Amino acid sequence: MLVCRNGRRDSLTIRARIVDPGQGLDEQGTVTVEDGLVTAVEPGIAAPASLAVAPAFVDPHVHLRTPGREDEETIASGTEAAAAGGYCAIVAMPNTEPVVDTAPVLRSLVERAREEALVPTGFTAAISKGQRGEELTEMAELAAAGALAFTDDGRPVASAQLMRRALSYSAVAGRPLALHCEEPTLTHGGHMHEGAVSAELGLGGWPSVAETLMVERDLALAAFEERPVHLQHLSARGSVDAVRRARLGGVAVSAEASPHHLCATDERIRSLDPNLKMNPPLRTEDDRRALVEALLDGTIDCVATDHAPHARQEKDVPFEEAPFGVTGLETAFAALHTYLVREGEVPLGTLLERMSAGPARALGLPVPRIAVGEPANLVLLDLDAEWTVREDGFRSRSVNSWLLGARLVGTVVKTVADGRVVFDA
Amino acid sequence: MSLASRRDLLGIADLTRADAERVLDTARALERSLDREVKKLPALRGRLVVNLFYESSTRTLSSFELAAKRLSADTMTLRSSGSSVDKGESLRDTALTLAAYDPDVVVVRHPQIGAANLVASATEAHVVNAGDGKHQHPTQALLDLFTIREALGRLEGVSVAIVGDVLHSRVARSLVEALRLVGAEPLLVGPPTLLPRRIEEMGCATATSMDAVADVDVVYVLRMQSERMQAGAAFVPSLREYTALYGVTPERLRPGQLVMHPGPMNRGIEIDPRVADSGASLVTTQVRSGLVVRMAVLYDLLTAPGLHVAAPALEVA
Repeated sequence: MLVCRNGRRDSLTIRARIVDPGQGLDEQGTVTVEDGLVTAVEPGIAAPASLAVAPAFVDPHVHLRTPGREDEETIASGTEAAAAGGYCAIVAMPNTEPVVDTAPVLRSLVERAREEALVPTGFTAAISKGQRGEELTEMAELAAAGALAFTDDGRPVASAQLMRRALSYSAVAGRPLALHCEEPTLTHGGHMHEGAVSAELGLGGWPSVAETLMVERDLALAAFEERPVHLQHLSARGSVDAVRRARLGGVAVSAEASPHHLCATDERIRSLDPNLKMNPPLRTEDDRRALVEALLDGTIDCVATDHAPHARQEKDVPFEEAPFGVTGLETAFAALHTYLVREGEVPLGTLLERMSAGPARALGLPVPRIAVGEPANLVLLDLDAEWTVREDGFRSRSVNSWLLGARLVGTVVKTVADGRVVFDA
Repeated sequence: MSLASRRDLLGIADLTRADAERVLDTARALERSLDREVKKLPALRGRLVVNLFYESSTRTLSSFELAAKRLSADTMTLRSSGSSVDKGESLRDTALTLAAYDPDVVVVRHPQIGAANLVASATEAHVVNAGDGKHQHPTQALLDLFTIREALGRLEGVSVAIVGDVLHSRVARSLVEALRLVGAEPLLVGPPTLLPRRIEEMGCATATSMDAVADVDVVYVLRMQSERMQAGAAFVPSLREYTALYGVTPERLRPGQLVMHPGPMNRGIEIDPRVADSGASLVTTQVRSGLVVRMAVLYDLLTAPGLHVAAPALEVA
């Protein structure tokens, strides 16, 4: 269930290169929207040449910090950021204060989203009560109240027994588990990827095997219980190799990668900038290449920002003291376009598919399409426009971007979500 | 040129080889002043050196304090306990508060990596990192270079085995970089669980057996902390086994090899008392070197032409 505040459905005409990889569409033309529905998709000469219109993006992994940390993000500010980033749907994580682990908490969030959300927003609920990893949440009631998936993101389920039970029981809720894979005994005291850079800096290591081991465990349990799983923010070569093998073995698995893991490596941590600290951490060039290969071959079917706002004062501390997480909604497309598409690593069509249809399918949401009769979920991009990422340019309440100061190529010009223009640059 | 053109000494990476050698030369000149009856020099009169210490430290703090005083600078020491830090003040706010006194140098010791970098971003003063977590402790490395150079007369080609808990040691990291900077050859020796993976990429060899120290000029012993054996850490099974495998004993040394230790020593654990007290030990020399090297660092930072009022020429008769 996706909810947002009510508004008038818009009518508009967009002339641009129309790119909808799901339909094999890539041609100049005109998209006509009337009262929120696509009424015509016609080939023709477009101008200017740098504009492209595509199905709007879907983010399966966002932290809206509500309830509890509205100083960092609210449903209103987070969805404004999403609109500016080209998103027509986002999915919020449940690691809030309180945790979204009961139907009343979830219902109150859905209620607030109906009043505040600019962009259709979905919610997930916790796997375990309080995300303590001990007792299961009431998944059936939570699913009925709108939970799209269950996840202990941020506080991964350590117990194999509880994970097995969660997989098994999630069948009655009819929703998948979204798993943050991390073996906590291997990451204790860690602050960055364990490798040559951590050895030199002395920062506690967060080894890739901590992720891969849990990916292997959870895929084995998913195969055993014959349940689908969605793996969050993969960062390591071993993890995507495991996903590839599991899929060949018949496991229904979808997987995310985040823009920062696809574009950057642990070499950047030498600056000790707390805005480069996230969980999982930036890894090596070999891992980054593995993620890009997996994005290309579909092993990774979703780009997820893992948008994680943090208050300024909490990031303005020594690296080890800083919390994990970076923002991403407003920079995801531009970063991936700049560092992957323009560098020739990933075709534009593949990126657009992994930012829209891929995540929609993974979480069972309607797939945005540019076709007559469909609700208009469109993003208009200027592929040549250059801009510099600045603190004062964000709609998000937080500015902990890993890209501050970066010069990016590609902007979102307009976003249409569920038939409404939610962003117009 | 002097360090002042670089403003801060946050890590060995802030130094060129020429910088390092100049500091060592200055330290040598200053050392002669310590033999005089009146040991105070007027070089930094009117300058303010603030020591900001968030970690307990005896030798580093006393060494910096005395170094500043011997150069006639005013000093002020703030410790984390009994200060506004206790009341939850952030490191940046503390740095900004201190900056209001216009200090010339802020010396920072902090348990977290990057703390000195953060202070440097908040103040106009020159910042000296006196140890940030497991990251860097550049003045320790410089004093170790000074000690080795005074003892052997050279640094180029000198082989130094650093033995023990490298994983948790800022001393080891700084020293490896410093030795590389001056053309010496670092070797890291310790249990595999306490040697960080891929540390060789810093440009050093590694070994897990004490056999490897047979051919080195200097054996540099790291402090072994008992918390490394606690449940949940378990880097090595026991101090007993650690000492059996890696303790620096007379039997493991060959004549002519020098032994160093950054202190404080655990006698009978990482270093045999007979070694600590032998003629091969440079441990007390290191402490004395610490004073003159820190004097040299302060002097170098504060005597950049153009940046500050010219300091009186260093005259050591």
